[in-house]
Amino acid sequence: MTKLIVGLGTCGIAAGAEETYKALTQKLPSTGAGLELAKTGCIGMCYQEPLVEVRNGQGHRHLYGKMSADKVDRLVDECVSQGKIIDDWLVWSDENQGTDVNFLARQRRIVLRNCGNLNPEDIDEYLKINGYQALNKVIEENNPEAIITKMIESGLRGRGGAGFLTGLKWRFTRLSKGERKFIICNADEGDPGAFMDRSVLESDPHSVLEGMAIAAHAIGSKDGYIYVRAEYPLAIKRLTIAIEQAEKHGVLGDRIFGKDFSFHIKLKEGAGAFVCGEETALIGSIEGRRGMPRVRPPFPAVKGLWDYPTNINNVETFANVPWIILNGASAFNSLGTANSKGTKVFAMAGKIKRGGLVEVPMGISIKDIVFDVCGGIKNNRKFKAVQMGGPSGGCIPAELMNTVIDYESINKTGAIMGSGGLVVMDDATCMVEVARFFLNFTQRESCGKCTFCRVGSKRMLEVLTRITEGQGKESDIELLEELAVRVKNTSLCGLGQTAPNPVLTTLKYFRSEYEAHISNKKCPAHYCQKLLTYSITDACTGCMVCTRSCPTNAISGQKQKKHVIDMAKCITCGACYKVCRFDAIYRD
Amino acid sequence: MDATNATKRYDFKHQHYVGAEGKLIPLLQKVQAEDGFLKPERLRLIHEETGIPLTQIYGVATFYAQFRFKPIGKHLLRVCHGTACHVSGAKDLTESVEEQLGARSGETTRDNLFTIETVACLGCCSLAPVIMINDTTYGNLTPAQVKKVLKKHRDGENK
Repeated sequence: MTKLIVGLGTCGIAAGAEETYKALTQKLPSTGAGLELAKTGCIGMCYQEPLVEVRNGQGHRHLYGKMSADKVDRLVDECVSQGKIIDDWLVWSDENQGTDVNFLARQRRIVLRNCGNLNPEDIDEYLKINGYQALNKVIEENNPEAIITKMIESGLRGRGGAGFLTGLKWRFTRLSKGERKFIICNADEGDPGAFMDRSVLESDPHSVLEGMAIAAHAIGSKDGYIYVRAEYPLAIKRLTIAIEQAEKHGVLGDRIFGKDFSFHIKLKEGAGAFVCGEETALIGSIEGRRGMPRVRPPFPAVKGLWDYPTNINNVETFANVPWIILNGASAFNSLGTANSKGTKVFAMAGKIKRGGLVEVPMGISIKDIVFDVCGGIKNNRKFKAVQMGGPSGGCIPAELMNTVIDYESINKTGAIMGSGGLVVMDDATCMVEVARFFLNFTQRESCGKCTFCRVGSKRMLEVLTRITEGQGKESDIELLEELAVRVKNTSLCGLGQTAPNPVLTTLKYFRSEYEAHISNKKCPAHYCQKLLTYSITDACTGCMVCTRSCPTNAISGQKQKKHVIDMAKCITCGACYKVCRFDAIYRD
Repeated sequence: MDATNATKRYDFKHQHYVGAEGKLIPLLQKVQAEDGFLKPERLRLIHEETGIPLTQIYGVATFYAQFRFKPIGKHLLRVCHGTACHVSGAKDLTESVEEQLGARSGETTRDNLFTIETVACLGCCSLAPVIMINDTTYGNLTPAQVKKVLKKHRDGENK
């Protein structure tokens, strides 16, 4: 029987997948044949959304991209009724056809193994592919210490950013004494530019729940929380459904698999504070307080939620766990580099041709990800830098694109692995402005507890702002460097300790851009509005379009004669530059 | 409320699912979902029922970006300013939205239909720039497309 599967993650829906799905429900009955229409989560090819997979009677899979509702007629007529393949629309097939085969060819999917392959709102589909069997195995064997040893052997490190060995964290919590213990799944994916956790929760929530239950069994916990961002309504909805179904099937809740092990999971919606990604702040937020970090030690493994031993891992970490239990530690640690094992999911965004989710073995180079997997830079512009690790991370310049991706190598560049957001920047991106953007973010999100983070980040932001506005002073670079070191050294939590990273890395690799802003009052990327000047070249045909677009009437000229910009009136808004069809506006 | 009762309410360590403080944020979220914003009288009610000091309730409510103390329009429009959206033209998009609606970020339109907010990241980075209206995300937007999306919502109102 032919099956049509529509990808309905948030990205898919944003691109119009719901309309496509609706169109398919209306179209399918008319074909009469035995057909099945199904929903799935995110396949990771966000740039091709909406995606529809046609799985024919023999089980062959063909994936079609950009399937807006108006293409449904042709898709069903040709691919379903006539059994043909539409080459123009095909992006991937299991027989290595399609335009974007490369995107998936170098990937190794462990965390994303089920994303795009099953219906996240139906536990039966997950159970069919050995779902909850890892948990069953763990409960049957009933040897928590062995499970923890296995996790340590696998070399899995926390995927939230810090990269601490997951198994070791579990052991600490297991060894801590407490009448109750807690498991927390950190799904407060606050890093702008990272969206893998959202996608996993929307596409494969049961893997995360199973991973949490395995951790609970290993450390001896009965209660778990998932702290999920309120900005992810679809993830919350699907998690709620998943927990309900799992409890009904006896794989969560009281007496799991009929054995003497109970584990309950509660959802906790975040209220919009970036600092709550820090574990002690997150705990504070669950306890109903302001999300402010506290001094560690004691670590949460000793004294966490309500002062009980608590183990916190992020979504991606938990999603790895069932796979490792079923396939063994050596299957996992045979992938990756010496100190960074397994795979890592990257959220590719920015000026890249194929933006989406990519899961690759650790040790791949930045160049391979950007060019081989993701097809290079949009509009064939020049690759300038990648930003890794969100506001705590840094910019790695194009010269270092042969850097391999593992925790240690990335740290050496001054950036961090972080949660795996990888924002690609082209030559139209101003690096001073990028640094200002991140500082603006961390400064706003600073909880205010530590003085240097609260005030220092504000001063740094002011300096950066004045540089981008052409008011920079010669001493500003030194001032930024001094403030950056102070903020790093005197902040309690990761937010403050890493907030200066974007400034430090851009200063390290793009210092000349800072100098151009300060000394020459020019923005080399032509981004900073206040540093631009506009003039009209001889290419002007005198079409008058720019004169009409100018909000301050700064452009004068007659029809079919070259126009002139009066810089005294010009506010450098760039409206003329955008409307000119003859490239006659010169920007410097 | 007598003194023993009050201390009992603070002894949340042994009753974590029913503990008053752990409930505070979900309570505030519920109240805001019902009223659209946090009304002073409802906060006072929470204080009276849970025993959590009012100062602490305000402390928590003002800490988190989600909570508002002013009413919002019928539709909440959030413009994403994440990294990917930022490098893909979120600024132009914001200007376009503000121009279309005649209100600035943080404000509500005169007809009370839209409130514009800027958010740090909606997690739809590969479709940047994006906006979210209520619970629906719209991606790959240009200033011209925003016009269409807004018109759709306006037309929906007039029907």
